[in-house]
Amino acid sequence: MTMHHPAMAAGQRHRFAPNLWDAFAFGLIFGSLTLLLHGGQETMAPLEALNATPLSLDVSMLPEYALRTTLRMFAAIIASLIFTFIYGALAAKSRRAEMVLIPLLDILQSVPVLGFLSFTVAGFMALFPGKVMGVELAAIFAIFTSQAWNMTFSFYQSLKTVPRDLDEASQSFRLTGWQRFWRLEVPFSMPGLVWNTMMSMSGGWFFVVASEAISVGNNTITLPGIGSYVSLAIQQQNLPAVGYAVLVMLGLILLYDQLLFRPLVAWGDKFRMDQTASGDAPRSWVLDMARRARLLQLVFAPVAKLLSVLPKQRMALRMPAPRTLVSAWDSVWAERLWLIAVALGTAYAIWLIVSFIATELGMTEVITTVELGLLTMLRVVVLMVIATVIWVPVGVWIGLRPAVAERVQPLAQFLAAFPANIIFPFAVVVIVKLGLNADVWLSPLMVLGTQWYILFNVIAGASAFPSDLREAASTFRIGGWNWWFKVIIPGIFPYYVTGAITASGGSWNASIVAEVASWGENKLTAHGLGAYIAQATEAGDYPRIVLGIAVMSLFVILFNRLVWRPLYAFSNRRLRIA
Amino acid sequence: MSVVEMNTVHSVSEAARLVDVANVRQVYHKGDNADLVVLDNVSLNIHEGEIVGLLGRSGSGKSTLLRIIAGLLHATSGTVNWCGKPVTGPCDGLSMVFQSFALFPWLTVLQNVEIGLEALGIPAAERRRRALNAIDLIGLDGFESAYPKELSGGMRQRVGFARALVVHPRLMLMDEPFSALDVLTAETLRTDLIDLWIEGRLPIKSILMVTHNIEEAVLMCDRILIFSSNPGRVAVELKVDLPHPRDRMDPVFRELVDDIYARMTQRNPAEKTEKRANDGIPGVGLGMALPKVSTNLLSGLMEAVAGAPFDGKADLPDLARILRMEVDDLFPIVETLQLLRMAELEEGDVSLTEFGQRFVHSDVDQRKKLFADHLIAYVPLAALIRRVLDERPTHRAPFTRFCEELEDTMSEDRAEETMRAVISWGRYGELFSYDEHTRTFSLENPA
Repeated sequence: MTMHHPAMAAGQRHRFAPNLWDAFAFGLIFGSLTLLLHGGQETMAPLEALNATPLSLDVSMLPEYALRTTLRMFAAIIASLIFTFIYGALAAKSRRAEMVLIPLLDILQSVPVLGFLSFTVAGFMALFPGKVMGVELAAIFAIFTSQAWNMTFSFYQSLKTVPRDLDEASQSFRLTGWQRFWRLEVPFSMPGLVWNTMMSMSGGWFFVVASEAISVGNNTITLPGIGSYVSLAIQQQNLPAVGYAVLVMLGLILLYDQLLFRPLVAWGDKFRMDQTASGDAPRSWVLDMARRARLLQLVFAPVAKLLSVLPKQRMALRMPAPRTLVSAWDSVWAERLWLIAVALGTAYAIWLIVSFIATELGMTEVITTVELGLLTMLRVVVLMVIATVIWVPVGVWIGLRPAVAERVQPLAQFLAAFPANIIFPFAVVVIVKLGLNADVWLSPLMVLGTQWYILFNVIAGASAFPSDLREAASTFRIGGWNWWFKVIIPGIFPYYVTGAITASGGSWNASIVAEVASWGENKLTAHGLGAYIAQATEAGDYPRIVLGIAVMSLFVILFNRLVWRPLYAFSNRRLRIA
Repeated sequence: MSVVEMNTVHSVSEAARLVDVANVRQVYHKGDNADLVVLDNVSLNIHEGEIVGLLGRSGSGKSTLLRIIAGLLHATSGTVNWCGKPVTGPCDGLSMVFQSFALFPWLTVLQNVEIGLEALGIPAAERRRRALNAIDLIGLDGFESAYPKELSGGMRQRVGFARALVVHPRLMLMDEPFSALDVLTAETLRTDLIDLWIEGRLPIKSILMVTHNIEEAVLMCDRILIFSSNPGRVAVELKVDLPHPRDRMDPVFRELVDDIYARMTQRNPAEKTEKRANDGIPGVGLGMALPKVSTNLLSGLMEAVAGAPFDGKADLPDLARILRMEVDDLFPIVETLQLLRMAELEEGDVSLTEFGQRFVHSDVDQRKKLFADHLIAYVPLAALIRRVLDERPTHRAPFTRFCEELEDTMSEDRAEETMRAVISWGRYGELFSYDEHTRTFSLENPA
């Protein structure tokens, strides 16, 4: 009798023997699982538990806090992925859904992230009354809102640009919708999705820190985590504690990068469309380990099998939709009905917002917020200019030296991921001690975390600058200003614009945290729309929150439409080096 | 199936009919521009056991027709039947080989070949067995676990063939399958495919291929449908009775190739009576759709014809072979020369006019002058641009002024292409200058 067991058969072929890689892999996997369980249990604790075990500045508590923060990040990224797949696919497949979903997404991504938090805390707490879970979900939702939009945009964009020949191939081989999604669309969008998830993650750290300790009117959130640890340290004016938090945060981001994103990037390399094998494919020791660990592969074989079999199933509906229904759905009348519904819905929403704001606030308040918005915009513009003047030359210098760029590039990306709000206290202490003007000196905090996007994009641009153009420039002895303005700046401009768009968006978002900063009893407030929203949030003044957020969204949208989009289009049309 | 059998009843010798295309018309309509007729009243059918070639220049709608048969596109009007049933979407029993290979870069060779079977819901073990057979048949042994990016172009197209064959289609559609490959690789693949075909080892009944390569069509096909352009129509149908394997140097083969060259450059009988000078170039007067041909190619070709061994008159197939140019590259140049009265085209031969001879023997500045003269004389659009610029006090005119006028008679894309062509020629002849940034024509010469 020959029993054929696939796992055993696999073991025979590859000489069944656990190796050193297995030890590493098992340590990693079961360690993570244990931590996950531990962290998960605490979220189901009653809310009083938070008060029973108040936060402590004890350094030994930091790893636990770090774990909780990480889990929140993890939950948010999974939620973002699910959202991305559903929302992006819907928008790309249905023309009618697209009409509504894409403008909506454009506005959603311009709403300041912390704005969402003020609305959702109450709702989530009501969902899980008396449980930590509600507060946790509110924080996770805040992180989600900082991540989901650009991932969704990237996915939608990919779905819309599936190469025509692959589309025709999958049609002519009659792949079902399910097969097409998993075999063509998801793989094709993978490189963009992985990159945008990484960028989202960078932004996410900032908001996880900001959302762990926040009070919205009567609802106060203090979730155990690095963010709340830092805010307690600020209250107690404990500078060393802030320092420890910074160190732990550095370690955390490093681990995330090594354990999650490096493997992802290395694995995602095979989904790139360019058909040539490149010399330096990204590598990851974790991925290598997983590929070499024999026992591990054996244990996870059933999971891997399921994951590879599922996308191959047809999953087709047995009955096609009735013909009459299809023709009614496609008819002109259905189209008109839909347009009317969209128009009515939009009108109702605008009426709702206006009437909500108008219950308490008048025109003068609106004008005040617009003025404050202009002030914040002035800050963003000035800081972007300063950051550009500093980082473009530095980035070019680094990018043109491959040996340096290789080392600095990861550092710049790392700095972009680091939540700058953790080191705000250091700046505040200096401002308080020297008695500096808050209106001026709080401003740099807005770009503290976002300037790195400019730097690493410029480095990438300068590294990609064709060497024949550089050689041409030097044989014709083009130097000085001429070299900067005729050669290198046009060459890196598309990259610069990409970085600057991210940096500018991030700065608007950061203004809510950066325009109000405190150190113990000392509270520094700059005049600006960010401070306005922050104060309204703290007071639980909902009409003002709505007004402030609406005005800020409007500013961001206009800024994007009038400045960044034309610049982006121009640089792509005229300055892209094919 | 029963329909197919009924068809065979009244003609015993006729093999089962696979595809039946009747009066197909394909029109693209965009905004308030003129309709673009891609296919006009095309009818054809394909039977079991034959290789049929659709031969024509780019823009003759032959790829569109292939996609209509494949169920990827819907014809504006007319009927398309597959095995007796109307085509409403991609059908069972058809598979396709693409010019760009269209392999999924994230799947291995084996997975790429299996994907068509997955769509049919065939169990994994059976899938594997059939895929390995197809890989074996097409000569890809040993490459099963390779990713497409690791393979050369020829090997990639072999994967394309294996993927199309593994589903055992009755008809294999091929869209210029060899045109992305180098000459040697393409020839190897062609002969390998033909060898398998004549040995009866391909699990298919018929092949329909689109090509713009005349020799390829004569080498492979049993029947060739020659398409005329603008709009696409079946101009001629030729039967090729030469036995396989065919010899390119065989006089009969060469005669056939010459004949097709002559037919493809021949004026349409209807157009002949109109005495139109601008052969091949569609439209008259301002409505002439100009091909974007660089002035370097124009003078290069004239020099080639003027020099040895042609001495002013060249046989197109010979010229194509010596210059290693495909029909699609060669014809637009020849036609532009004809339009500008620099060369004449007759019976598949191109000869320089007296003016063309003068051009070849001039220096750079004289050439520009001669070129400008004939541009004004024979290209109404160039003449119009120049006249408008002369008449206006500012001597400036926007791009849209002319482009919109063109769009009354042709599609947006073709208008754009025509404008690009006239800009490039006008710049060379120094008739006018053009600023892309502001999209304006002017008479000023940038210092």
